[in-house]
This record gives sequence, C-alpha cells and structure tokens, in this order.
Amino acid sequence: MSLKIIADLCTGCSACEPECPNEAISEKKNIFIIDPDKCTECEGDYDTSQCVAVCPVDHCILPLAA
Amino acid sequence: MQSAAASYVSLDALKSNRNALAEPVEAPAHAGCGTSGGEGKASCGTSDGPDDMPADVWNKVKNHPCYSEEAHHHYARMHVAVAPACNIQCNYCNRKYDCSNESRPGVVSQKLTPEQAVKKVVAVASEIPQMTVLGIAGPGDSLASPKKTFETFRMLQEQAPDIKLCLSTNGLALPGLVDEICKYNIDHVTITINMVDPEVGAKIYPWIFWDHRRVTGVEAATILHQQQMLGLEMLTARGVLTKINSVLIPGINDEHLIEVNREVKKRGAFLHNIMPLISEAEHGTVFGLTGQRGPTAQELKAVQDACMGGANLMRHCRQCRADAVGLLGEDRSEEFTLDKIEEMEVVYDLDRRRSYQDRVEAERQAQHAAKVEALAATQDAGAADGIKVLVAVATTGGGRVNQHFGHADEFQIFEVSAGEALFVGHRRVDLFCQGGYGEDEKLPSIVTAINDCHAVLVSKIGACPRDELKTAGIEPVDNYVDEFIEKAALSWFADYTGRVARGETVHVARGDASIRQGAFTAAA
Ligand code: SF4
Ligand code: SF4
Ligand code: SF4
Repeated sequence: MSLKIIADLCTGCSACEPECPNEAISEKKNIFIIDPDKCTECEGDYDTSQCVAVCPVDHCILPLAA
Repeated sequence: MQSAAASYVSLDALKSNRNALAEPVEAPAHAGCGTSGGEGKASCGTSDGPDDMPADVWNKVKNHPCYSEEAHHHYARMHVAVAPACNIQCNYCNRKYDCSNESRPGVVSQKLTPEQAVKKVVAVASEIPQMTVLGIAGPGDSLASPKKTFETFRMLQEQAPDIKLCLSTNGLALPGLVDEICKYNIDHVTITINMVDPEVGAKIYPWIFWDHRRVTGVEAATILHQQQMLGLEMLTARGVLTKINSVLIPGINDEHLIEVNREVKKRGAFLHNIMPLISEAEHGTVFGLTGQRGPTAQELKAVQDACMGGANLMRHCRQCRADAVGLLGEDRSEEFTLDKIEEMEVVYDLDRRRSYQDRVEAERQAQHAAKVEALAATQDAGAADGIKVLVAVATTGGGRVNQHFGHADEFQIFEVSAGEALFVGHRRVDLFCQGGYGEDEKLPSIVTAINDCHAVLVSKIGACPRDELKTAGIEPVDNYVDEFIEKAALSWFADYTGRVARGETVHVARGDASIRQGAFTAAA
C-alpha cells in the first residue's frame, strides 16, 4: 500500500517531504514523488497520512491504484 | 508567557516616527545597550535617540527600507525565495504563487537553494551598495522550512556580515524557533496577524497543519492565534524588533483590526502595517473565487487612522515583489537571474560599501535639515478654516516634487491642513506615459487611483492629461518644481484656501479612490 503524488497538481512546495516518517518522499525535477516501496500510508506512525494533511493542493496525493 | 510581558519596548517613545518630519537627524553611538542582551531595552534611555526614539531601535531601523520612510529612498532590500513550504492555508493565497502576506498575489519567484541564494545576495550587494537588508519571506512560510531559512542566514552572515537579516512568518512555528532566530542575530521579524479572535480567524484560515494533523475551523484559528501572541511576546522579551502585517479584508476583519492593533501594541510590536486585500478571480484564491473584494483607499485609510497612536503605523509599504532588487519600487531582477549570477566574478568589498553608506547618511541628514528649514518658513502661511484635503505627489525621491506626471508609476499621498502636511501612503498606478507619449486610455485608471485628492503636484504635465484631471475635479499643479514636498503642499494649500476665502473656488469634498489591483504585475 502506498500513496502517489499527481505530478500535474504538485506545486513543488516541498511541505510534504520532511513530514514523512519513512523518508519516502523526494524531489525530482521540481516536483515531488513518493517511493511506493517506502510509503506505509503512515500506518503505525500517525492516524492520518502526513503528506496529505500538509499538502496545500486538494486531491494532489491519492492512493496508488493497485 | 506572563513573564515575557514585563519587558515591552516603550511604545510611546516610538510613536513620533509617524510624521516624516519627526524623523531623526542624528543617531548617537550607543554603547551600553546590546541588542541581544535579553532585557537590554528596558535600561535604554529613551531621550537620547532622535525625536524620542530609543537609539538602539533607531540604529536598527535607520537603514531599513521597509521601516523608515526616509531610508527607502536611499537603501534597498531584497528577498530570496528559499522557503517554499507552508504550514497553514490562507483564503487569500493560492499556493501556486508566492505567499500573499509579503508579496503581491499572482507573483512567482524563482526558487533557490540556500547556496544559490547566498551567491545571489552577495552578487547583488557587491553591485548595489544600497542593498542593506536581506529578507526571507517565502515563497511559503520562512519558518515552515526552518533548515533552509537558517542555513541561508548562517552562510550570509559569514560572507556579508554588514547585511541586516529579517524574516516574515505567519507565526505558527515561531515560538519553537525564537532561540534559533536569536542565534543568527536576526533583528527584524515580521508576523502576519489578521485577527485576535478565533471566530474571525476561522473565516480567514481554513486549516493549519499542527501536531501531525490537519486542524480546521475555530480550533485551528485558536492555535494559530496563541502561537502568534506567544511568539510576539517572546521576541519582544529577547529584544528583537517585530513588525506586524495585517491584511484588511472588508466585512471580515476591518473593525477588528483596531483590536489587533491594541493587542500587538500591548505585546511590544514596533510597527503595524495594514495592507489592503488584493483579490481577483484569476488569482484562484478562495477569496478571489467567492468575490470577496478588497478595501477602497478611503476604507483602508479609515482603519489606519483609527489605529493611529497604536503600534506605530507604517504607511509606505508597497507590497513589493518578494524578490525585487534595487531601490524599493524599482525592479532590477532581470540583471540578476541565476544564469547571470553563475557567470559573475563576485568580490565583496566591505570598505566600498561602508564608504557609500557614510556618504548617503551625510546627504540624508543635509536633506532633512533643509526640509525642516524650508518648512519653518511656510508654517503659518495658510488660513485655517478646518479644511483638510489630500494631495498626490509625483516624486523620484529626495523628498521633492520632481517627477513628470507621465513618468509616475506611483504617487505619494499627503494629507494637508493648515500648517501640516502628513505623509499618509502610496498609490500605485499604471505608467501613464510609456515611450515618451501619453496613452489616453490609461488616464482614467490614474484618476480613480487618486480620485480622493484635490490636487496632484508634479514637475511637468502634458496638455491632455491636464484637461482630463481638471474635468475630474483634480487640480494639476506644476509650479512647485523641485520644492520639498511638504513645503510645496503647504504653499499650494495656502493658495487654495485663499481662493476659497475669496470665493474664486468652491471647496467640495472629494469621493473615494480605488486601490489599483495588480498594477505592475504585468510588468513584473
Ligand atoms: S502517506 Fe505517510 S508514509 Fe506515505 S509518503 Fe505520505 S507521509 Fe510518507
Ligand atoms: S505538499 Fe503537495 S504540492 Fe507540495 S510538494 Fe508535496 S505533493 Fe507537491
Ligand atoms: S502564510 Fe503565506 S504561503 Fe502560507 S497560506 Fe498564508 S499566504 Fe499562503
């Protein structure tokens, strides 16, 4: 299970990056991406996905379609 | 929190700064009062600074173009965009652009790493000795990316120790970072405070990110409010100057800002800058989309007037572009893009900068003395009658009427009554004259921007705009060329009241003016 960042919506603001408990988020060409192998959807760490809670753009971070 | 409240800066002592003429002639060296020495302020004499301003405060602000009305003609500040993240959401912000608290909406600045930012600042400062202040204001919140912000300050302090540092923040993360701020010797902090009542706050801030969750509504506004007040008190206790920015949102916090003014004054804020909401649908902000309008010029002035005597009100803030370079208002960014900087050979010549600054200081004091003298001769010229009017002035600086009407991209507004001409603000307009000829279609926008003024003082004006201004009821005045503004305004006023007294002119009140939304953004 993992989330992904919709590239078209990401403003590259970097707010999500330091909030991730698993260092799953990194910068790539001025926007940010989530490493699906590292993302746990914050389970075990927080009640809500940290990146979603801090991201200023609605619907920018969504579940990765399985 | 309580103990912090004990060591306010003496605000009464700072009040006199409001009048440009009350501004200082000399800044005596003040040895015994460290800026970082905790309670230092309280023991500082208040009478040895110019016009009752404590000397250490004056020393901090005299070369700061954002704080001193006289300084911003001679000195410049720049902002670097190293902090893109934010920890709250404001209804007047669309996060595709820079933080609306410090820059005008709809502006995107080039994001820089701390290394790039320091290189840029050093390059600009070597080229422009007026550059004395470096601020970090975003493009998000400077304290939501504390690592990047403080890394920039640390490197800069090493390479260019004479540059003053300042930062702007929404205040949410401020209390936890006050120690860090004091470490880098940052002596100016701007906090945007739009409310002191969470019920009001809930209409401005839809959410904050706090303690690992998204908090909304009144709860969010309560936390933000508490953090802002605590942060302000802590900075005051540590002797760090604080400026408060408030965005005036008609129908939401207009009256309320008077209470904000009272609360921030109580907690030691040095200046309170009330700026208009700038809201347009195309900015894509919540307020832009809901049709929330910004205030008119008179609405803004009414709130500023009501707050007078509160925290020293700053009226010359122009909501400049966050990364503008050069003297305030004059945008030289193009000379310093990242590519061009990479190629520059930069030598930071501290001595050359110091000698330039000494020269400017001497010139500024001479100018101030001349102004006082010129004004003394004009004091009792006008017959009173309780008439009070606004005049617009075109100036390129130096405190004189010296700009062609067609070249003005902003006017200074003075409130004139018998024996007093008081600077009350700036109005941006589109350039009327581009490439040497006047564009008639631009004139109406200038008229609406200064529609509450009785006269406009210029060095020169073309026949066409002259007639149109007259038709609109604004008197074009070009016979005080190169006079000091206050003297020119008072002389014109004496002439005007004379004409009214002789029945040659009928005195009528002027209407309201509109604040130019986004004037300049196209050029930026
Ligand atoms: S959901 Fe949690 S673990 Fe996954 S990327 Fe976002 S912050 Fe990191
Ligand atoms: S917080 Fe959202 S907009 Fe900002 S970098 Fe992360 S995904 Fe992109
Ligand atoms: S603090 Fe600035 S960047 Fe953050 S939401 Fe408000 S206006 Fe936007």
